[in-house]
Formats: sequence, C-alpha cells, structure tokens
Amino acid sequence: MSYLYAAYVIVWVVLIGYIVILARGFKKLQEEVKELEK
Amino acid sequence: MKSKFAIFALITFALLTWGLYEAMIGAPTEATMGPVQRIFYYHVPCAWVMLLCFPANFLASIAYLVKRNAILDAFAVSTAEVGVVFCTIVLLTGPIWGKPVWGIWWTWDARLTSTLVLWLIYVSYLILRKFSIGGPNPVLAASLAIFGCIDAVFVFGAIRWFRTQHPQPVFGSGPNSGIDPRMLHAFFINMAAFTAFGILLVWLRFVLERTRQKVEEAHAMKALRATR
Amino acid sequence: MTFAATLKNTLAKDLRLEWRSKDAINSMLFFALLVVVIFSFSFELTAEESRTLVGGLLWVALLFATVMALNQTWARELRNNVLDAYRIAPAPLESLFVAKTIGNFIFVSLLELVIAPLFVMFYNLRSLGPTYQLVLVSVLGNWALVVNGTFFGAISIRTRSREVLLPLLLFPISIPALLAAVSATTTILTGEGSAYLSLVFLAVYDVVFTTVGLVLFETVLQAE
Repeated sequence: MSYLYAAYVIVWVVLIGYIVILARGFKKLQEEVKELEK
Repeated sequence: MKSKFAIFALITFALLTWGLYEAMIGAPTEATMGPVQRIFYYHVPCAWVMLLCFPANFLASIAYLVKRNAILDAFAVSTAEVGVVFCTIVLLTGPIWGKPVWGIWWTWDARLTSTLVLWLIYVSYLILRKFSIGGPNPVLAASLAIFGCIDAVFVFGAIRWFRTQHPQPVFGSGPNSGIDPRMLHAFFINMAAFTAFGILLVWLRFVLERTRQKVEEAHAMKALRATR
Repeated sequence: MTFAATLKNTLAKDLRLEWRSKDAINSMLFFALLVVVIFSFSFELTAEESRTLVGGLLWVALLFATVMALNQTWARELRNNVLDAYRIAPAPLESLFVAKTIGNFIFVSLLELVIAPLFVMFYNLRSLGPTYQLVLVSVLGNWALVVNGTFFGAISIRTRSREVLLPLLLFPISIPALLAAVSATTTILTGEGSAYLSLVFLAVYDVVFTTVGLVLFETVLQAE
C-alpha cells in the first residue's frame, strides 16, 4: 500500500515541481521586461 | 487567449481531480495485484503523454531545420521539457509498481530500455541547450533530437532481437482480459486528464519560451539603438 | 576542390599531425592499457566465463577510449580558429566529416589492435566461433562509435563543458550499436548461435547514421 502512496506522491511532486520552475521562469522574465522598459 | 487558457486550465484541473477520485476510490481493487495496481491509472497516461511529446519534438525539430522559424523552436523545447517531465514520472512509477507485483525493480526489456534511452537523450538535449555558448543553439539541438529519435527506434529493435532470453514482464499493458468496466472508466478519465494536463504544460512552456525570445530580441534592439 | 581531393588532403593532414605530436594515440594507448589491466584483475574468470563476458568489457573499454580520441582530435581544430577557416572554405564540408571519421576510425582500430591481444592474453581467450567474423564486428562496431562520435564532437565543441558533453551525447545514441557489437562478439567467442543478425543490424545502423551525419554536418557546423 505504501508503494501506491509513494507513487502518487512522486507523480505530484514532479508535476508541481515543474510548475514551480515554470512560475519562476515567468517571474524572471517579468523582471527583465520591467528593466527593459525603464 | 488568456481566458481560453483559464477555461482550459479549469477543465484540466476538474478532470485531474475526478481522475484521482476514480483511480483511488471509484475503480474496484484488482484481484491479483491488489491496491498497488492503481498506479496503472497514472503510469500509463503519463507514458502516453510522453509518447505524444517526443514525436512532436522530432517533427518540430525537422521543421525547424527546414524553415528556421523561432516558433517551431519554442514548440520543440516545450515538448522536449514536458516530455522529460512525464518520462521521469514513468521511470519512477514503473519500478514502484514492478517491485511489489513482479518482484523486480527493473529489467532490460525493449520497452523499459527504450524509455530510459529516450530519457537520457532528451536530458542531454536539454543540457545541450543550456550549455551552448551564447545561449541555446536551436540548430544543434534540433540535430540532436533527430539523431535521438532515430536512435530510439534502433534501441527498441536491438533489445527485441538481442535480449530475448531475459524474462519479459509486460509493464503498461493493464489488467488482463475481462477488464472491469469501472476500471476502464477510471482509466479513460485519467487518460483524458493527463493529456489535457500535458497540453496545458506545453502551452505554458511555449508562452514562456516565446516571451524569452522576444525579450532577447528587445535586448538586442536596445543595444543596437544605443550604438547610434 | 572536389570531394575526393579535400578528403584525401584533410585525412593526410590529420594523420600527419597526429604522427608528429602523438597526442591522441598516447593518451588512448595508456588509457586502454590501464583499462585492460584493471578489468583483468578485478574479474578473475575461468576460460568459459571469460568468453561470455569479454565482449562487454572490450566494447566498454573501446567506448571510453573513443571518447578520449575524439576530444583530442576536435580540440585540435579549435586552436588557431581552424574551424572558422573550414566554414568559409569552398570545399564541401561533408568531405571534412568523412575525413575526420576515417582518421578517428584509424586511431580506434589501431587501439583495438593493441587491446585485443592483451585481452586474449590476460583472459586466456580462445574463440569457439569463426574468428574472421570478429574482424567484421570490430570494423562495423568501430565505425558506429566513431561516426556518431565525430558528429557529436562537432556539436559539443560549441558548448561550454565540451569534454563532458561529448560522452553524454554519445552514450545513449550508441547503445544499440554497443548491444549489437557485444552480442555479436559474445556469440562468436562462445560459438553459440549465429552472429549474422547482429552484423546486419550493425551494418544498417552504420549506414543510417553515416547518412544522417552527412546530411546534417554542414547544418551543424554552420550553426552560428
């Protein structure tokens, strides 16, 4: 049973981790755009 | 565009939640494998998404080398990254399913080895993009993708012919015949949910990449204007 | 200049440079010797066992040695901006690719001529199958490693950590060739079954990847 939970947790950790990476990428770009418009 | 995206994201989220419910509770427990079999509802859809992403990247790479269009390159890197994400999930959940059910973490059969090789190839694709001098080099990356995909075909064939003496547990070919309709139901919901989620992620990454390309262009223009 | 003329000249130049400096050959030879000795005393095998395992050991050793040779030969091109000179020269770039591949092939084959007898000696090897086929396996296998290695060498010298990226790119792509080569070598040594399928597979692999490499080499070299 613990295998099952481990598997599901891993799936979501990886997916949410990727979303976090994307979010950070967006934020960094936003800062760069602000810098350009200065 | 943004509202279309928001609606799509909501639908995806709804599907994923429904899928999770079906996978954990809605579907009946499998007779021989027990509750661990439920990993199947996540493992197979993720493999499916990965098998959509990598060929998409292959086609986008070829198209890029022909047309040299930045949009194609953005699409290529998006499908590659999302493909690696889902491939990672497949490679992690597969052994977790395999150990309690078949007693082994891993075997070098055609399917597993090809998946591992694809993962290695696309990780090296991403590393190549990151480590190229002067920013990601789309031409080099596209060439690598072409080599990599042709190679994946060879890997599959090689193992089929040269390693057949090893036992062949069949991962990813779900529960046996006489499949319970409720299981099929749960399976299809999750397939739809993960396909939608895959599209969503590629969409997001694509927008990110296009924005990054435009920002870079703007930087270059600014530098150019400053020299006048 | 024609394809053949450029090829001949480039190849002659590479071989002459290597003969004078002996950079690649020395490091490869020494490395190969180390590998043979270390493998030999890590695995103490009976004659029978060794026949089943030596195939794998040999090809792993060759793979690593190939990577070393490739790093050297491409690094040489970077000095004095030789690569840029190639790009603007009117000679067909495919001939450069073939010349480099042949040059590397010669080096790796020379290396194999040194390693193989050492393996035979340390493991008391005796082939139970047709020995001439071993030559065929090594020719096809070497070419497989070298043709991809040369292509990826051209890619990886344009990156920041080139010595790391070359093996990283090369290994996954070479897996099918390695599998077939090891399978063929083992089949021949143990005398069980026919290596025909593996040899055909290797030949097809060689043809396909040489073609793809030829088609894409100019693209890759001219990329920014």
